[in-house]
Amino acid sequence: MKEPIFYGAGFPYRKFEGLSGKLIVLEGTDGVGRSTQVKLLRRWLEEEGYAVSDTGLRRSVLTQAGLDEAKKGHTLSPITMSLFYAADFADRLENQIIPALQAGFVVLSDRYFYSTMARDTLRGCRPEWVRNLYGIALKPDLVLYMKADVKELAKRLIQGRGLNYWEAGMDLHLSNNLYDSFVKYQSCVIEEFDKLAQEYNFVTVDANQPPDRIFEDLKEHIKMLLYNRQPKTKRPK
Amino acid sequence: MLRPNDTQGKLIIVEGIDGSGKSTQIDLLFKWLQSQGRSVYFSEWNSSELVKSTTKAAKKAKTFTPTTFSVLACTDFADRWENSIYPLLKAGVIVLADRYAYTAFARDVARGVDPAWVRSMYSFAIKPDAALFFRVPLEVAVGRILGARAELKYYEAGMDIGFSDNIVESFKIFQGKILDEYNKMVDEFGLTVIDGTQSVQAQQKIVRSIVKKVLKGWEGLPNPDKKDIGVQNLNITKHDAGKGKGDKK
Repeated sequence: MKEPIFYGAGFPYRKFEGLSGKLIVLEGTDGVGRSTQVKLLRRWLEEEGYAVSDTGLRRSVLTQAGLDEAKKGHTLSPITMSLFYAADFADRLENQIIPALQAGFVVLSDRYFYSTMARDTLRGCRPEWVRNLYGIALKPDLVLYMKADVKELAKRLIQGRGLNYWEAGMDLHLSNNLYDSFVKYQSCVIEEFDKLAQEYNFVTVDANQPPDRIFEDLKEHIKMLLYNRQPKTKRPK
Repeated sequence: MLRPNDTQGKLIIVEGIDGSGKSTQIDLLFKWLQSQGRSVYFSEWNSSELVKSTTKAAKKAKTFTPTTFSVLACTDFADRWENSIYPLLKAGVIVLADRYAYTAFARDVARGVDPAWVRSMYSFAIKPDAALFFRVPLEVAVGRILGARAELKYYEAGMDIGFSDNIVESFKIFQGKILDEYNKMVDEFGLTVIDGTQSVQAQQKIVRSIVKKVLKGWEGLPNPDKKDIGVQNLNITKHDAGKGKGDKK
């Protein structure tokens, strides 16, 4: 049992006690294969005997309708968009993630607020402003950052579900074609992530590898957290 | 925490607890400024179409926490800020706002969020040229609300916080806490206090004299038709000034 640690203000009106579970975050850019890994990790953790709860961005009941509506119409300005995501995050944190941690679950979060922070900053929101906003966030036990090269990301997406408007950052008018825009935009996102990795102590995992190799690496780090085991492979810097 | 006004426009806002009479005053001010040939735009708290469906659903399901309530109110404000208030101020329009960031600072803090956190959240907004705080004793405001309206709403009464099981009692306690926060902000933000127990006419006289001072020697965007032309040119939905329906909560 431990006292929760928040990055900033937290939730002063509410005392959260006995968070016996573990919060594990998977971060990384679009197309890096996070959702595949969440599925694999969930199955593995359940085999190990852990109760697992997974969560991801925009899964809050509270803001789903509004966010979908807004994305259709492209009418959201940067600050408004940022706040909408923050509302979604706050809702999931208070109503799903923390209760699950209190119940002793391992919570696997497919992204946390770091992605949102990178995206908001690239769209002109002041970094200090975004940091204050996410002062409500609980510090995860482990943040696994799946890092892949832009070319590799583009290849996977094109061979998979295709490139989309938002993932290519087309709203930023970096280029008028989807591929060039994707490369430029995601390179900026990776740059932001690299900064965040330093600031928030991410554990970086090489996501240029095939999925089964990535899975092995992720497992090593999670085992270290859950069983205090040393990893077989060296932790990438 | 709020930035200085870096636009050509003028921002005038009213604040106060429910039943303080602020909406009546800003409505009169709006009409008066229009009749003077000014380009005026009116914006009301919690009126963004974008956020409405979410707010409605969450209120119905009672899933709001003080934090989500606070962030969504700011989302609503940001949508109005980025799409109408700020661009219109830049164009040299007079923007009138029925409730502003101070409403969040008072109410959200009364609901328990961190004061510095909520202040920083609104730091993209500018400091108004005039911030009029209509101050009435708690009993007067509560009496006006309970006398005029059949039913108090769950969140409006702060029922989710658990001040009291009795909705009227809860409303009184909640409004009292909000009033305390407003009083603290008078010095912090330099709010202009107007005694809301005076007659409507007497208050309006004071309001107009304050606004005259703000507009002295200032041109702004001309309005040849005495209609809010600026609003139409920027293709922004026009809001009607307070229709006396009470606050949108």
